[in-house]
Amino acid sequence: MSDDDHDHDHSEMSEVAARVRALETLLTEKGYIDPAAVDALIETYESKIGPRNGARVVARAWSDLDFLDRLRRDATAAIAELGFSGRQGEHMVAVENGPDRHNLVVCTLCSCYPWPVLGLPPVWYKSPAYRSQAVIAPRDVLKQFGVELPETTQIRVWDSTAEIRYLVIPERPKGTEGWSEERLAELVSRDSMIGAGLARLPEATT
Amino acid sequence: MNGAQDLGGMMGFGPVAPEHEEPIFHAEWERRALGVTLAIGGARLWPGDANRFIRESLPPAEYLSKSYYDIWITALAKMLERKGFVSAEELVAGQALSPGKPLPKVLRADEVASTLALGSRYDRPAPAPARFAAGDKVLTKVINPATHTRLPRYARGKFGVVEAVHGAHVFPDTNAHGLGESPQWLYTVRFEAKHIWGEDADPSLTISIDAFEPYLDPA
Repeated sequence: MSDDDHDHDHSEMSEVAARVRALETLLTEKGYIDPAAVDALIETYESKIGPRNGARVVARAWSDLDFLDRLRRDATAAIAELGFSGRQGEHMVAVENGPDRHNLVVCTLCSCYPWPVLGLPPVWYKSPAYRSQAVIAPRDVLKQFGVELPETTQIRVWDSTAEIRYLVIPERPKGTEGWSEERLAELVSRDSMIGAGLARLPEATT
Repeated sequence: MNGAQDLGGMMGFGPVAPEHEEPIFHAEWERRALGVTLAIGGARLWPGDANRFIRESLPPAEYLSKSYYDIWITALAKMLERKGFVSAEELVAGQALSPGKPLPKVLRADEVASTLALGSRYDRPAPAPARFAAGDKVLTKVINPATHTRLPRYARGKFGVVEAVHGAHVFPDTNAHGLGESPQWLYTVRFEAKHIWGEDADPSLTISIDAFEPYLDPA
């Protein structure tokens, strides 16, 4: 980014930054919010709840067939076994990618996203560009993420229009036999759990 | 409502442009916007469905030009004013000009972890037997309410198949407007792309939505 761009962003943001600050001050003075709770909420999503959670779920699903079976039958309960639950993940469904089928998750109407396993959605997930194209031209979207799938691969797009939240289980890369769950989790990118990417190849982490 | 939020199938927004190593927040104000929005949510003054409706009620040009956290904070200010928790003057002044209303609860810092971990479930006891079962063919209704709905425009009046039955869930179409939770059966309905986008659609593509029973007719 050039200095000009930076200055532009800065001046554009200052108006909204002032509005946010004014609102926070007002709500604190009114007694409607506890500033310490605001700090704790931010800290939670900055350092505690993020896609590393989902990567652990995927690594467990790749490693433990009994867990995979429970994940298929009741994803909310299976994911809770790893300690991940709650807000924006109350009703989870796991969908599995394979050689013949690729799943992609979107929320065309807002920004529904499985927070307990993936954290806060990235800007692109909330953008009109993604939300408009994912349901009509998912292969074009995937190409924009560097993913090209064979024409024979069936593509399934899940539009999160209610309170069901979807977690994609990417295909386990070849050459990872015998790996520990910790090592496998390193291969699981956030985008791969939305369906916008694939799991990393083993050589990418060595 | 047929607002700018209902984006499925629109064209012309350009490439998705994922950001490499994207930070969780892009500015300090985004952090505060998230925290303030969730903190007010913790006071449970209105349902999340009402937040969605007020966000999608922003004029389309405004909705499409604002960043997502700006949509949140703009909608939050409007909602607080509309419900009488703050005044327009206070929003401009950025300070309280009169004491706050008593709230049923204020989220405290030591309650944050447990509140988030608990979340709020949306499933409810079913008021009646499910009308559809997995495998049933359905036709989505053609509706154009000026009120909140979670049936996207692209999926109205389309043939699909029920793939999963999720039990009865809170119905956003009433809950957003203070008309009660009115639980309805919720289904995953799968569509072939050609039934939504026409004969030129990608033959390898299927799309699903999660549809409440009032959105569906037998086909």
